[in-house]
Amino acid sequence: MSATPVLDVQGLCKAYDGRPVVDNLSFSVNRGECFGILGPNGAGKTTTLRCCLGLTNPDGGTLRLGGLPVPEAARLARYRVGVVPQFDNLDPDFTVTENLVMYARYFDIPVREARARVPALLEFAGLADRGAARIDSLSGGMKRRLTLARALVNDPDILFLDEPTTGLDPQARHLIWDGLKRLVAGGKTVILTTHFMDEAERLCDRLCVMNSGAIIAEDTPRGLIDRLIEPVVVEIYGEGVRDWAERHARPIVERLEVTGETAFCYMHDPALLLEQLGGAPELRVLRRAANLEDVFIKLTGRDIRD
Amino acid sequence: MNWRFLYFVERNFLVWRKLLIPSLVANLADPLIYLVGFGFGLGALVGEVDGRPYITFLAGGMLCYSTLNSATAEALYSGFSRLKVQRTWEGVLHAPMTVNDVVLGEWVWAAIKAVLSGSAILLIMYGLRLVHGFTPLAVLPVLLLLGLCFAGVALIMTTLARSYEFFTYYFTLALTPMSFLSGVFFPLHNLPPALQTLAWCLPLAHGASLARGIALGDPMPYPWLSALVLAAYAIVGVAIASRLAYRRLTK
Repeated sequence: MSATPVLDVQGLCKAYDGRPVVDNLSFSVNRGECFGILGPNGAGKTTTLRCCLGLTNPDGGTLRLGGLPVPEAARLARYRVGVVPQFDNLDPDFTVTENLVMYARYFDIPVREARARVPALLEFAGLADRGAARIDSLSGGMKRRLTLARALVNDPDILFLDEPTTGLDPQARHLIWDGLKRLVAGGKTVILTTHFMDEAERLCDRLCVMNSGAIIAEDTPRGLIDRLIEPVVVEIYGEGVRDWAERHARPIVERLEVTGETAFCYMHDPALLLEQLGGAPELRVLRRAANLEDVFIKLTGRDIRD
Repeated sequence: MNWRFLYFVERNFLVWRKLLIPSLVANLADPLIYLVGFGFGLGALVGEVDGRPYITFLAGGMLCYSTLNSATAEALYSGFSRLKVQRTWEGVLHAPMTVNDVVLGEWVWAAIKAVLSGSAILLIMYGLRLVHGFTPLAVLPVLLLLGLCFAGVALIMTTLARSYEFFTYYFTLALTPMSFLSGVFFPLHNLPPALQTLAWCLPLAHGASLARGIALGDPMPYPWLSALVLAAYAIVGVAIASRLAYRRLTK
């Protein structure tokens, strides 16, 4: 196994109209790793991916993908890369099979060889009986799976996925996750962006949290939770929760956040709080372990991003 | 020289092949109706033009007009749906293809389709016995040049467009006036001298002059200059389009 990272990003900068979107970003991804880039909308995730693929020219910094400098040798680097973009861009003029065969052609794969690869790809995508189907007859989940299969047509070493399960129902998301787990188990390097914490927690060996174009935390999912947040969360719901929490919870918890009708209390030991809550039967209570979403919200705030 | 744009030509060809029959019918039926309708109908009123039946004169112009139309429609409307609506260009760029490969692919493909449309007119001309022998076949390279010329210019519009409506300007303000100026439907020398000068600055007059010269044996005032003008529009057009597409897609 090689020690050089498969993807190495150093000091990446990119601005649009003078507004920095990616600001001095550095990270690297090792072979066989699943690396997640988390962040709210507008954090710069997609721009980062586009720079890594050589689809956007950075204003500064150095990028190496599969050992090759990007964007200078981006075309060459992309021979070993598969991409699942945020928005489906399957070719609606072709059937499912034709999409895969034509896409293989762009990688210089001969038609005969491309056709030979199709059955295994369709099998992987759970579309074995859909080879002749038109793209517009596929469900959203099927289109995503086909896009994933298309990204594998050149048997890449590295897969980039930009929000691979956004807009999918839970069943469809699990199918995509299973596929990705199999790919990582098979030795592929996966780099994905997401704003779904459960997705990141399940799939990623390591992840970074981006906000306003910069990485503000980087670790394993477990490491982020252990390091950055109190282990126990008590959520309290109900009318008048704000007053109650300010009066009774604030003094005894380590951190308190109230939004709307919900109070989030973060702490190591909830015993005292739960005792207090015994005196307020009108409030509903959920006690749980802290998760990645709590870390994410703590790091990036509760404000809406558009 | 990089030949990877041929993959995109291949893609467009494979899609076109699926719609082969309606496409060929449109290529043949549409111009046949125009040519027969105007050629015989209007021709009866006009009589002879430059010493031959109006339909023969018109057919020479239609060779170019049909080529122009086909190149333009493919590069504008089909090109724009692949660029914006279907995101086909974006998908291809995730493979080892560049913006330039895609633009060159669109350009060459639109020119090939244009030659097919022009060839359909030539076929009709043979069918109506307006041309004879093998010499008129030498017009095919001119049609290719015309196709590359108008595909190149149209791709500039495509890469600038935000919606299909934008193309109305190009048709109304550029192509339609040029068609009437360039000796397609009536002889160029009937126009006032100032307009004639303007016409010779535009590519279509040169295309029409070359096409009639080769297919019908008309005198060609500036054969090499005409070819050069078409080639210049073609190369400059596609170079600008490629640059604009690069800016649009890699920002």
